[in-house]
Amino acid sequence: MLSKRLIQMLAVLLAFALVAAACGDSSSDTTATTTGGGGTTTTTDGGTATTATTTPSTDPFKMGILLVGPEFDQGYSQAHFEGAEWAMDQIGGELISLDFINPADNPGLTPEAVAKDMIDQGAQMVVFNSDDMRDGAFAAAEQNPETPMVWVSGDSAWADGRAYRADLTNLSNVWGQMTFGKMIAGCAAGLTTQTGKLGYLGPLTNDETRRLVNSAYLGAQYCYENYRGLDASDLEFAVTYIGFWFEIPGVTLDATQVVNDLIDGGADVMLSGIDTTQALVRSGQRADGGEALWAVPYDFEDACQEAPSICLGVPYFNWGPAYVDLANSVIDGSFTATWEWLPPDWADINNVNTSTIGYIKGDGLSSENGAFLDQFIAGLGDGSINLYAGPLNWQDGSSFLGDGETATDIQIWYSEQCLEGIEGVCDLG
Amino acid sequence: MTSNRLLYALIPAGVVVVAAFGLLLAAGTNGFEPIKLIVEGSIGWPPFEEGTSSKVGDTVMVWVPIALASAGLIVTFNAGMWNIGIEGQIIMGAIFAAFVAREVSVSRPLLIALIILAGAVGGMLWGLLVGVLRTAGGVNEIFGGLGLDFVAASITTYLIIDPWSRTGVASTSGTDPFPDEALLPSLEGTRLSPLAIVITLVAIAGIWLLFRGTLYGLKLKAVGRNRPSSFLMGIPTNRYLLGAFVICGALAGIAGTSQAIGFHFRLIPAISGNYGFLAILVVLLARFRAFWVIPISFFFAMIAVGSSQLQLRLDVNSALGGVLQGTLVLSAMFGLGWAAHRFRKQAEAGAEST
Repeated sequence: MLSKRLIQMLAVLLAFALVAAACGDSSSDTTATTTGGGGTTTTTDGGTATTATTTPSTDPFKMGILLVGPEFDQGYSQAHFEGAEWAMDQIGGELISLDFINPADNPGLTPEAVAKDMIDQGAQMVVFNSDDMRDGAFAAAEQNPETPMVWVSGDSAWADGRAYRADLTNLSNVWGQMTFGKMIAGCAAGLTTQTGKLGYLGPLTNDETRRLVNSAYLGAQYCYENYRGLDASDLEFAVTYIGFWFEIPGVTLDATQVVNDLIDGGADVMLSGIDTTQALVRSGQRADGGEALWAVPYDFEDACQEAPSICLGVPYFNWGPAYVDLANSVIDGSFTATWEWLPPDWADINNVNTSTIGYIKGDGLSSENGAFLDQFIAGLGDGSINLYAGPLNWQDGSSFLGDGETATDIQIWYSEQCLEGIEGVCDLG
Repeated sequence: MTSNRLLYALIPAGVVVVAAFGLLLAAGTNGFEPIKLIVEGSIGWPPFEEGTSSKVGDTVMVWVPIALASAGLIVTFNAGMWNIGIEGQIIMGAIFAAFVAREVSVSRPLLIALIILAGAVGGMLWGLLVGVLRTAGGVNEIFGGLGLDFVAASITTYLIIDPWSRTGVASTSGTDPFPDEALLPSLEGTRLSPLAIVITLVAIAGIWLLFRGTLYGLKLKAVGRNRPSSFLMGIPTNRYLLGAFVICGALAGIAGTSQAIGFHFRLIPAISGNYGFLAILVVLLARFRAFWVIPISFFFAMIAVGSSQLQLRLDVNSALGGVLQGTLVLSAMFGLGWAAHRFRKQAEAGAEST
């Protein structure tokens, strides 16, 4: 009996040994090699200044990026992936990427372990593309102090920020001023709604998502009143959060069902705040059934393709210029731990070389409303329209901005509540 | 006869190797490189070379819950029970452990002991519930366990998004990290916890001893093989079934504890990592033998941690690691089953001829 077991064990070990022996040397390949011309840079906000060490090399620059969702989600992760690819095209660099970096899809993987793998492959800069990777980004930055890193959407490098980590001198933050994108999205919705009720499909509740919901609401109110001549207080705006950046079956709410509920509650324009396109897709399906519905997706410039006829446009991130700037700063040794909240290029918000935030109009937006939207964008750009001006109250009735008061960056960034007039629970926790 | 035994032992290994290489070739790789990358991504290449301690630590800490859950499942399988509810037992162990980690403030050694104890109790109670439903309510343990898996997962989500949510945040991404003193002590710069390894090995040795050297284990086996006969022989079968669920649940609870305070350092919705389901495959492959759990679960841990390399290095989706894992299990079970069948037939033929 014992000998039988011994033989079995030896046999399995032998098999593994054969496999191991056949595996050859330790050389390996990397993926997605690209080359291209010169890059451009964008402006940055304040931040702290400690230089991280970089190693001069004649090899192509390598950038690693961890994506929280799938790289082809028609949403947030795809915007990062394509932005990073574009950036590497511009500077002749190579991209190393890995998607689905979240505990539900990859329970055995941690962001810091993936970052280490990327560094071992030669990544000279590692980007964590999600707020959800905060702890992993901190751990990776601590464990690899010589490697410049970027935590997208975070505030760890903002001296005035609540999560400021002065010790992490190799960890930058970058984010786009999507508040403007959401204002434009809200305006398109406010111009189009026939029922006077808008629905917002929210991800999870935190300062960032409340900030974006508030911005969409303010944009909708402004355009409803100023371009349509209707009373802004009559405009209804309902938000439901699913619990995460994208739907996870059995964990989050069902995004499609939430869209159905919002539409059944009277909303005829759905605004999406999640990383994927259920708001547009489901609204499109119901519109095909004869309902008068429209939608505004989010994040990715081609997102309208999922249901173009009802799409009012999409506010999107164009990460390429920011990644070019960050990569160049690593290459020339000027990388510092900075917090950057990048605005649109108001001269042309859809300029791929210069604008981090853009808005592409959809087929569902009428030409008349398109003209109003252009006026609105121009007003935001020249500063004649400032929607974060008092009086504004929080959802619980307390004052956010007094009469004549305008919000500072830090007040907008840390939006503690939804604004008064928004229906839905936004302040859990 | 010895050559036949060697042949029948090599056949399963051969089937596994052929199936694995067939799959990898079909996926457009050269067959060898993905396996090397999985090894490299989990324990380094050459294995355990300098600078791979972080990877090794992660792999070991994935191995711990799989091995603990597998050890527990050996008990319930021997009792004739399909404990599908082990996922819920892992989750409930993590919840109990998280509660103590968040709420209790005592010296670190005592805190760690309390957390592990709480995790074991949480898993044990959830396992006991499956057993009670089975013995007192007549609810098949597969359905009862599956239902309780969902309940445990829902409780986790509720806790994370509401009472234990991060300040100002309602997200299913997880709770705030636990305090440092509540985390399993680990080697510097890694997750590798010697304490977790020791607990796991002791648990496996204990299960081996249970079925090799105790009357309790023998009676448990008897209950699993033939419950009516065992009952007629005077064995209180229901009590033994409940005992099996208690033991398995406790080990699963410790597995969940390891996930919470040894790997993720917080409570997350996917805290079980589906390692309970994976452990079922491990036990089936190990054919209910305790010590085989060690290498087989380590192999699965290597795939879980190392398969990301397929996408990073070969641009092959890392989901291939899961497909590879399933293929290996099925092919190994086929090979082992076929070899056992042939071996038995040959033995019967030999007996008839003498």
